[in-house]
Amino acid sequence: MDTQRRTDIGPPDFRRFLPPIIKENYGKWKYHEILKPGVMVHVAESGDKLFTVRAGSPRLLGTKRIRKYAELADKYCGGHLRFTSRHNVEFLLTDEKNIDPIIADLAELGHPVGGIGPAISSIVHTQGWVHCHSAATDASGVVKAVMDDLHEYFDGTTKIPGKLRIALACCLNMCGAVHCSDISILGVHRRPPRVQQGLAKVCEIPNVIAACPTAAIRPASVEGTPSVEIDESLCMFCANCFSVCPALPMADALNDGVSLWVGGKVSNARHEPMFSKLAVPFIENDPPRWTEVVQNVRKIVEVWVDGARPHERMGEFIERIGWPKFFKLTGIEFQKEHIDDYRYAGLTFHRSAWVRH
Amino acid sequence: MSETNGKGSATPMLDELEKGEWPSFVTQIKEMAAEKEQCQQLLELLERSYREKIGHWKHGGIVGVHGYGGGVIGRYNDLPEEFPAIAHFHTLRVNMPSGWFYTSDVLRKICDIWDEHGSGLTNMHGSTGDIILLGTTTDELEPTFKALTENDFDLGGSGSDVRTPSACVGPARCEWACYDTLDLCNDLTQTFQDELHRPAFPYKFKFKCSGCPNDCVASIARSDMSIIGTWRDDIRIDQDAVREYAENGVNIERDICGNCPTKCMEWDGHDLEIDNGNCVKCMHCINAMPKALRPGVDTGATILLGAKAPIVQGAQLSSVIVPFMKLEPPYDEIKDLAERIWDFWSENGKNRERVGEIMQRVGMGNFLEAIGVDPIPEMIAYPRENPYVFYEEYYEEEDEEAEQEEEEGAAVP
Ligand code: HEM
Ligand code: HEM
Ligand code: HEM
Ligand code: HEM
Ligand code: SF4
Ligand code: SF4
Ligand code: SF4
Ligand code: SF4
Repeated sequence: MDTQRRTDIGPPDFRRFLPPIIKENYGKWKYHEILKPGVMVHVAESGDKLFTVRAGSPRLLGTKRIRKYAELADKYCGGHLRFTSRHNVEFLLTDEKNIDPIIADLAELGHPVGGIGPAISSIVHTQGWVHCHSAATDASGVVKAVMDDLHEYFDGTTKIPGKLRIALACCLNMCGAVHCSDISILGVHRRPPRVQQGLAKVCEIPNVIAACPTAAIRPASVEGTPSVEIDESLCMFCANCFSVCPALPMADALNDGVSLWVGGKVSNARHEPMFSKLAVPFIENDPPRWTEVVQNVRKIVEVWVDGARPHERMGEFIERIGWPKFFKLTGIEFQKEHIDDYRYAGLTFHRSAWVRH
Repeated sequence: MSETNGKGSATPMLDELEKGEWPSFVTQIKEMAAEKEQCQQLLELLERSYREKIGHWKHGGIVGVHGYGGGVIGRYNDLPEEFPAIAHFHTLRVNMPSGWFYTSDVLRKICDIWDEHGSGLTNMHGSTGDIILLGTTTDELEPTFKALTENDFDLGGSGSDVRTPSACVGPARCEWACYDTLDLCNDLTQTFQDELHRPAFPYKFKFKCSGCPNDCVASIARSDMSIIGTWRDDIRIDQDAVREYAENGVNIERDICGNCPTKCMEWDGHDLEIDNGNCVKCMHCINAMPKALRPGVDTGATILLGAKAPIVQGAQLSSVIVPFMKLEPPYDEIKDLAERIWDFWSENGKNRERVGEIMQRVGMGNFLEAIGVDPIPEMIAYPRENPYVFYEEYYEEEDEEAEQEEEEGAAVP
């Protein structure tokens, strides 16, 4: 063992990076108020006030931009800042007078301020064509196109009834945890994996067979060498086999695209957490602006903004008005793909005589 | 590898994504491309994906730093001859400080390291929470690691290990934090460094710490062990402040009481009354009137288990395993619970089977027995609806006779 080499030290202790006002009032905050879009104040038992300015970011950041954030933190926040779970950056101020100047500086850098309270926050998303082999669509490009269209709901220009969270994952691995979002954008494959020659040289056949949740993969001999064959009628395009075996590529320009899901939430407020449910089964990839995705997302957002009661999240709203009305209001066509046919699918059927006419 | 031939841009489709209100990732890559050939080639490769509607990255081979089994994701493009600068373009996951707090100095330090050793591109942050350093060559991995550790940073998890734990902002800036999310997250991360760096599990295991049921890190959807703050005593009420909300136009009857999931609140126009024994701690009323209502003071957390994305057997949300646990250093109770779960799972789990999946495969009841936790009604939404019960034992006639004899025997003094 090299004694010079440090390992297993873990991350630096977060206490090193807390601003003094937080150290002094740690665990002693009394209440908070949203002062304007993207700006809130937390008031401590001691009477101290901490102002937070939250700005949207593309998540994919070059070091040049991070250095700019550091400059802003030095200029206004005694050198302190943090990031949020949704990729936003937050500047922590003690002097109320600095709020407007830092917002102006952020605007000059191209970063909108918002995403707090009843608002659309940044889209949690994944790598896409920028850096992943598994992607059925791009991530950053779709997010950029959707947020260009929805920024009015981020920066508070248009008021909305409650929180709305959007997430994107470019394949069913879902590195972006989209299954519980008000609106989820999910990349999907629609063509079964193609078995490449020499599969047995790169992959363990029993592993590949075991990887398939529907048992669609069987051992086979191809031109005298061991390989596998796919029962295409059993494949639901999860790409799990490809995850364990690179010789089973899934990506396909003609058949890959995007699906939209709605009505999930993770917070416990009012309603228990819920999964997102299928709204639009498939939209073709249409770079660079994914116009049809953007239009569908906007339509869903607008229906909710028009119809939801105060605090009501997408899923609560749809539960109240019913799915038939959701499809009617959004104009999204209901198709057989909307009806679950995987395990225990019957639990999602309408098992009562409650019908709105 | 410019395809411009001197006329026009090499990346017309990406250029389109520099327009519009939202900050552009293309601008970020371009800013770095001025100095880094890697970033220029990444732009051109991505433009090609936009044209062809298909990705150009291959499965990672096994790359890493000495002694670690995770923390680096190998990336190779499938057109290495055309895009040699990014033929290897590996990612490092760097464990962030709990709560994603930084000083400007430490951020600049990370930038210096990454400018020297990699592409200069990052994700702040990945969806698990790590600082993602996006793109470098195999040769640079060990030097990057050395520079990081010299500056007190270390790699996060990847592969079949404990993944980098994450936490909401908690007591640092939220009045609702029911335990110290940042301290617990940091403590779990430090305690389980070996489990984090050397994959030895059937698959990944995630901890996420949210300070209250608003669950700002989505732990119930995204972590194998979801640690969600809650309280056991009464919601603290400031009746004057409630009246102030009412005077300022909040419709307390409709928007507060009407939205309470258990209908345990009453407003008579003067006082707000809460039947705390029926409050499920959903946070709605507190969210809506933060100046008037606060969680109680007997605080701790609900521990839930088993969330995961769809791969392999379908997605799951976490479900209750311990309705209330006090969480104070040194956090032995929760660490002990995690280790009992890992023991059972490591021994019995199939390759790529998450904890949420093994719970279902072996049956929740059997799983509870194996980890030494008693079944309680808080764990279920409702009891089973089907009568297909797997009883493990039954009596045979001889048993009954033996038992009877025993009883008779016992009756004789
Ligand atoms: C003092 C009040 C609060 C603070 C300091 C706070 C803080 C945060 C922060 C920092 C984030 C990450 C946000 C981002 O990345 O943009 C977040 C996310 C979130 N918050 Fe809060 N929050 C508060 C109140 C609430 C309330 C009232 C709710 C629900 C009614 C809520 C539900 C959520 C949810 C669901 C997320 C996002 C989780 C996700 O989908 O990834 N929070 N919160
Ligand atoms: C019944 C269906 C589903 C269940 C039970 C489910 C469950 C989950 C769970 C437990 C996670 C956390 C995963 C982890 O950290 O390993 C997750 C993450 C995610 N799910 Fe789902 N999901 C479902 C369907 C969907 C659907 C349909 C979408 C897309 C529309 C989706 C998108 C995501 C995304 C993007 C993530 C990544 C979140 C993150 O880790 O940041 N899920 N899902
Ligand atoms: C090579 C392709 C992949 C790339 C480039 C990739 C990239 C990433 C990155 C950068 C993160 C954030 C990590 C962090 O913050 O530490 C992440 C998270 C995640 N990855 Fe992947 N990933 C890949 C493959 C997979 C596979 C095969 C699966 C599942 C079988 C998967 C499931 C997830 C999930 C569920 C998360 C979210 C974790 C969370 O919310 O806590 N990814 N991925
Ligand atoms: C907890 C378990 C169950 C309970 C308490 C239960 C109870 C009942 C009751 C009260 C009835 C109505 C009897 C009547 O007509 O007076 C009924 C009918 C019936 N049950 Fe069950 N049942 C259970 C499980 C099952 C299961 C597992 C099956 C089949 C796999 C089943 C099949 C039926 C059928 C076929 C009928 C007749 C329905 C009809 O003709 O309307 N039950 N059950
Ligand atoms: S969601 Fe799928 S395609 Fe996207 S980064 Fe994760 S594994 Fe790759
Ligand atoms: S994509 Fe999924 S369902 Fe289809 S063969 Fe592969 S593992 Fe099986
Ligand atoms: S989860 Fe609760 S305690 Fe943590 S930041 Fe969100 S609202 Fe505050
Ligand atoms: S926290 Fe939720 S359940 Fe409890 S009183 Fe408030 S609204 Fe009702």
